[in-house]
Amino acid sequence: MTDLVVRLESLSRRFSKDRPAIFEGVDLELRRGEYLAIMGESGVGKSTLLNLLAGLDAPDGGRVILEGVDLSTLDDDATTLLRRRAVGFVFQAFHVLPYLSVEQNVALPLDLLRVAEPERSRRTRDMLTAVGIEALAQRRTKELSGGELQRVAIARALVHRPRLLLADEPTGNLDTRSAAQTLALLQAQVKANAGAGILITHSRAAAETADRILVLDARGLHPWEPA
Amino acid sequence: MSNAGSWRIWRILLLAQIREQPTRFLVTVLALALGVALGSSVFLVNASALNEFGLATKRLVGEADVVIRGPREGFPEQVFVDLARAASVSALSPVLELEVALAGRNETLKVLGLDPFRAAVLQPAIIGDIGEGVFQLFDHDAIYLSSAAAQQLRLQRGDLLQVTVGSSFKALRVLGILADGAYPQPLGLMDIASAQWTFNAVGRLNRIDLRLAPGTDVESFRRNLGTTLPAGVLAIAPQVERDRAVTVTKAYRVNLNMLALVALFTGAFLVFSTQSLSVLRRRRSLALLRALGVTRNQLRNALVGEGLALGFVGSMLGVLLGMLIAAAILKFLSADLGNGQLRAAEASLRAAPLQMLAFFTIGIVVAGIGAWVPARNAARQSPARALKGGDADYTAVAGTSWRFGAALLLVGSALAWLPPVGGLPVFGYAAIAALLLGAVLLVPTVTMKGLGLAPRTHRIVLDTAVSQLRENVALSALSLASIIVSFSLMVAMATMIYSFRISFDHWLGKLLPADMQLREPFGNDTAFWSKDDQVKLGMVAGVARAEFRRTRQVLLDPERAPVTLIARGENDGDTAAQLPLLRSTPIVPDGETPPAWISEALQDLYGYRMGDALEIPLAGRIRKFTIAGIWRDYARLSGSVVVSRRAYAAATGDVSANEGSIWLNPGADAGATERMLRQALGNRNALEITTSTALHERSLQIFDRAFAITYALEVIAVIIGLTGVSFAASSTALARRAEFGMLRHIGMLRRQVIAMLADEGILTSAFGVVYGLGLGIALSLILVYVINRQSFNWSIDLAVPVWPLAWLSGALIGAAAVTAICSGRAALSQDAVRAVREDW
Repeated sequence: MTDLVVRLESLSRRFSKDRPAIFEGVDLELRRGEYLAIMGESGVGKSTLLNLLAGLDAPDGGRVILEGVDLSTLDDDATTLLRRRAVGFVFQAFHVLPYLSVEQNVALPLDLLRVAEPERSRRTRDMLTAVGIEALAQRRTKELSGGELQRVAIARALVHRPRLLLADEPTGNLDTRSAAQTLALLQAQVKANAGAGILITHSRAAAETADRILVLDARGLHPWEPA
Repeated sequence: MSNAGSWRIWRILLLAQIREQPTRFLVTVLALALGVALGSSVFLVNASALNEFGLATKRLVGEADVVIRGPREGFPEQVFVDLARAASVSALSPVLELEVALAGRNETLKVLGLDPFRAAVLQPAIIGDIGEGVFQLFDHDAIYLSSAAAQQLRLQRGDLLQVTVGSSFKALRVLGILADGAYPQPLGLMDIASAQWTFNAVGRLNRIDLRLAPGTDVESFRRNLGTTLPAGVLAIAPQVERDRAVTVTKAYRVNLNMLALVALFTGAFLVFSTQSLSVLRRRRSLALLRALGVTRNQLRNALVGEGLALGFVGSMLGVLLGMLIAAAILKFLSADLGNGQLRAAEASLRAAPLQMLAFFTIGIVVAGIGAWVPARNAARQSPARALKGGDADYTAVAGTSWRFGAALLLVGSALAWLPPVGGLPVFGYAAIAALLLGAVLLVPTVTMKGLGLAPRTHRIVLDTAVSQLRENVALSALSLASIIVSFSLMVAMATMIYSFRISFDHWLGKLLPADMQLREPFGNDTAFWSKDDQVKLGMVAGVARAEFRRTRQVLLDPERAPVTLIARGENDGDTAAQLPLLRSTPIVPDGETPPAWISEALQDLYGYRMGDALEIPLAGRIRKFTIAGIWRDYARLSGSVVVSRRAYAAATGDVSANEGSIWLNPGADAGATERMLRQALGNRNALEITTSTALHERSLQIFDRAFAITYALEVIAVIIGLTGVSFAASSTALARRAEFGMLRHIGMLRRQVIAMLADEGILTSAFGVVYGLGLGIALSLILVYVINRQSFNWSIDLAVPVWPLAWLSGALIGAAAVTAICSGRAALSQDAVRAVREDW
């Protein structure tokens, strides 16, 4: 098994033919154990880049190679199955299902992968313990605070041990203390999982928790240079 | 904030709604319009037909203060002579009024034999039109026709009109045609002496119209006169004559109006679900308005105003549409809407501005009520909580109470036991309304309990769907309200009609056991078969056995419509054996008072009980019979009584018949036998001869046609209900786009998301259908045993149309699943991936 988790080759994306590309010539390689932060101004295409990485959007040029597979060669179902196995997502707005318990929300990826009992329960329980919310397992998500919700989202993103964790502004809706805890948790879990992680953020403080920081603009990805 | 502020908020919200959801706005408006249109058109058609009947009766009764009515065969002219001497009577007009059988046609014509000079005083509207022709009317074969009669019979001045008297023909000469406005329905006018001579009624009258001297107390004169008249001759208030068509058809019309209103009330539930879902969808923007300073009342008023605006546009369209539908029905169909008693081919649309205003108002009020609950809940919602997003409290929006629901069920069950009011099942309708509302209020609780019992299947799609429904049970209840109401009513109506059809079928089978049936035109007073004719008919080749009946009208109560007297069966034992009896007592042979079997209508309307003495005016005397049984009669709303032919002949001396049943010899050809039967009576084309099978089939066809409009109205209500489900599905699918986006992010296949929605659709609609079926069957018990019984005074046996209901249920569940899938596809196609970036 190669250490390379994802590779982007000359990636470009535009939303319409008569408008300039939002970015062009994006190249990136990310290996196991790497935790990368991507910064950029609003509207520069950070979330679009994340969607391209996960096969949720198709590029206008270039290739996305995830786990050694060129996503452009896969149809929607095959891409989804690859994403289901290899990718975990953390969103700014948490996106937990209000009608499921904490435990059920976290176990969703395992259910999709048809992980049988008792393995399903064991891994879910372990993940809840790892993010420090094992006591909330049977609670409804509407009873939780923002910080707790984000822990549920992180647990869900990692419970199936994905090779790539994608976090889109995961601290945008959190207070300073919760944000710091979440960032520490993300970094620790990516490392513990022996996968790779990409953190999209506006916050320099958040970005500085990553191993390296890149900046996205219309010309592509560049290493961040502190002013 | 001022009223102007409220107005501005209302305008902003409404315009935004229309801009964002034009289709939903339009469909809700159309659903309301349809409800109002159905209600107003049914009302207008019935009102126009009744007006036509009222006008006709008014012309016939004319200026009379009291009408003396006797049996069809008449009473002696001496009654007229005696009345002419009375000081209180200022004018009187003798009449012989008959339904005359027309030769060669299987129909009758109402003919009035009048004294033209006396009638000019009391019926000026009819007779005044004849003018100079009045002297020619004294010719023994002269007849004037109303323009409706001339048109229907395709006759003009100088033509001959052939009529049947006994079993022979007589020709009348058409002297002229009355002006269009003289009498709106088919009518013939003759001089009374000519009529008496032509129809073998010399020295007999059956009606006298009286005008009393000024200052006479009409009511006490009428009551006193009633005690001095011969048996079977009654003094009637003209209003009773005028109202007869109104009274006899009242129950049918009210039931049809209630049915039409069902579509309107289903529309109200549609407004309720649409507004509830719309409030859910906009909860954050509404909370923002509250945060910006809009008061609770202003928000509630603005949202109720949205419902009222829907109601205003829908009602306006509905009233216009209703008038168009009514005009089309009156122009292209007869005006009876299926019950056969309000056939008024010439009826024209009658302007009814007040009633139309009432329907317009009902539409607006109904929409306002539908919008009130969601508006109140939106106003009560905590702005802080709603602004935070992601935690919509659907249960609070539903605001239902199982206690209130259970109480309504109890009240509804109790109301069903109460008696009718003014001949109408008022409490029956109230019971249905209470049960419907109570059952809808119980939906969240029952759903919650039901879903709580659902086991975990470890299939993520199904388990997630069940969890979603369990959590959002009140939202499901909102979306199901309109379909539960319309489907349960459709189940109830279908069960009632099916039960009626089965009972009607059995009834026909019991009454039509012979191979062939023959009769003179229905309801005629002039054509009949003498004893010799009956012998001839029995001797026809191919006839194994013949039985004859005599049917005629008798007036038992001056306030009510005439009752049908049927003499059938050679003796009491035969008669009892031929009837579909519900209850009977053993017949006492050679009893002093012969037995009579009365219909349920007679029992209900007149309060007779088994064993009571029944007094029937026959041949100028009151004859007593003993009520020996109650039978089921679906043909005569005003009631009927059956006696044996022997008893009838003994009471009247009349051995004639006007109906018969023929049993054929084995192998006999029905067509050839029919020809020979006609020959036996002198080639009588008008004689109605048909095989019992054909008559059975035709009766069922008429039955089905009568209920066609009922089915049409119910189907419309269910379509409106399904529209509600469709709105709910698309609303919730759109509201859950971010959820779908997240599921796609974590690896749920597109088809799995759609399958999840389909599962939700199937589970929700299956619950709605099962609930609606149970509720519908419960409501059908009230329709069958309360509303039908109290409206029409006949009973039917409950029968459930299992297969049609199973098919319909399957179709509804399928439709709901397809709707859910389509809504899910639409929601997924609108960039569900991007939706995860929206605040949730």
